[in-house]
Amino acid sequence: MVREKKAKARKKISYSKWGYIFLIPFFATYLVFSFIPLVSTFYNSMFENYRSGLTQIGPNFVGFENYISIFQSDLLKYLGNTVILWIIGFIPQIFFSLILAVWFADFRMKLRGSTFFKTIIYLPNVIMAASFAMLFFALFSDDGPMNNLMIRMGLIDSPIRYLTTVWGTRGLVGFMNFMMWFGNTTILLMAAILGVDSALFEAAAIDGAKSIEIFTKITMPTIKPIFIYVLITSLIGGLQMFDVPQVLTNAKGTPDRTSMTLIMFLNNHLYSKNYGMAGALSVILFIITAALSLVVFFILTGAGKQKGESK
Amino acid sequence: MGKAMNLKKAVAYIVLSLLSFLCLFFFYCLIINATRSHPEIAKGFSFLPGKSFGPNLYNVLHNKNLPVVHGIVNSLFVASASAALSVYVSALTAYAIHAYDFKFRNAVYLFIILIMMIPTQVTTLGFLSLIGKMGLMDSFVPLILPSMAAPVVFYFMVSYFQSNLPLEIVESARIDGSNEFFTFNYIVIPIIKPALAVQGIFAFVASWNNYFVPSLVLKSNTKKTLPILIAQLRSADFLKFDMGQVYMLITIAVVPVAIIYLCLSKFIIGGVTAGSVKG
Repeated sequence: MVREKKAKARKKISYSKWGYIFLIPFFATYLVFSFIPLVSTFYNSMFENYRSGLTQIGPNFVGFENYISIFQSDLLKYLGNTVILWIIGFIPQIFFSLILAVWFADFRMKLRGSTFFKTIIYLPNVIMAASFAMLFFALFSDDGPMNNLMIRMGLIDSPIRYLTTVWGTRGLVGFMNFMMWFGNTTILLMAAILGVDSALFEAAAIDGAKSIEIFTKITMPTIKPIFIYVLITSLIGGLQMFDVPQVLTNAKGTPDRTSMTLIMFLNNHLYSKNYGMAGALSVILFIITAALSLVVFFILTGAGKQKGESK
Repeated sequence: MGKAMNLKKAVAYIVLSLLSFLCLFFFYCLIINATRSHPEIAKGFSFLPGKSFGPNLYNVLHNKNLPVVHGIVNSLFVASASAALSVYVSALTAYAIHAYDFKFRNAVYLFIILIMMIPTQVTTLGFLSLIGKMGLMDSFVPLILPSMAAPVVFYFMVSYFQSNLPLEIVESARIDGSNEFFTFNYIVIPIIKPALAVQGIFAFVASWNNYFVPSLVLKSNTKKTLPILIAQLRSADFLKFDMGQVYMLITIAVVPVAIIYLCLSKFIIGGVTAGSVKG
């Protein structure tokens, strides 16, 4: 008995240390490659540090001057572009995802081939965004296959020059984002709807509720946390938009920088080694995404709590 | 009721078919054009494949201005190494949270979820100046090692452990005298193989498709990965380029990943939801 107790006590002490040991690789990596860079980014944002021709200016401490000059540059224009591009993709994305999720989750509909459809609509998500943009650039170019096809079908008389117009370019970027993400969103929302107690739907159906009533009064309120999760994570993803507009417009955000996103702006500063401005822009982006992340954090940990309670 | 349901089903099938058509149509165009020669492509659109698949592939692989073979090898190496490190270390981290009771366990868990959504782009400036000081510019190391801290993979692994790894297994291994590291490598890892495979594919695809950081880190021609070469294709004078080669290079970047995905789609689609909010 005594020996057993001793063994137990020893076990408790000796095993918990392994928890810490197993955390070392993650935290060492995080510290070196994320935390130190984050601090250094904040630090850099306070210094004037750029190249003018061949001469290096700085680094000189300037306080918050970089922040002032970045707001005086086209920051707000690019923020607006980024949000517009995100919205163009997000509206059709959430619309189709909600409809498809409801259909996939509806047992009474008994849709055939739903696995097949889910596989196909998720496919664009695994495609390299840079190559997807290059593909669209080739397909939608002035004498490319899409114009050719539409002229032959008699839909248009002369080629549409998509990339020379503001809304043609933005529309293509939004369309690509829609295609890449609606499958993913559908699957997330479907899982959320399947998690709702099916007795609720049955009771509503027996009471003679219409599909639209079931959707607005039962489905939406119960999946609201996951809906908000999808919305916020999509917005965070949208703020990081880079590959598609970068490759589609050859890093220029044409026409007239109306499709230049925040990360493309950051990329330009990093590329030209204007570290002060790049730092200020990074910090602003960090603050926005950190605030949005907090919402996601509370949804994730809140959902976990509810689950624990119901057990 | 029955009639309304049939109508609804018909609408559902039509919408699903149209969306599926949309998703597949562009890939169809891609593959068709990859099999056609430049003059054929210039002539106009076609639904039928041409006969130039072989020549296009040969030309793009031997292109003097684009190191495509290097690009494929580099992308494969970086993506495989990142995927392997990412899933192994994430599983180890998740195991620490799942199997051990220590003082800061909950705090560590919450911290990792808190940092999960912070994008890498906002720390890229500091990252670049750090690896510059470490002499790691133009090297694969800064593209591979950071994947060891992957909060999303960790989050998925914790959920997986909670539903698939009873602690009794760990206990009995201890009684048999297995040390903790051995238990993890030879008992826990085999149990979670399915989860490792799914997350490994996600990590591989993410790294394979990654463009932003590699384009800032890799400078020399022979080190570049496929997304950088594709972007380079875009910045080259487009009209001088052989379009057959353009479509072929996109095919090389896209099709292998699509095939892996289609073979394992059942597991991957299951993994999409498991890694996010629990329904």
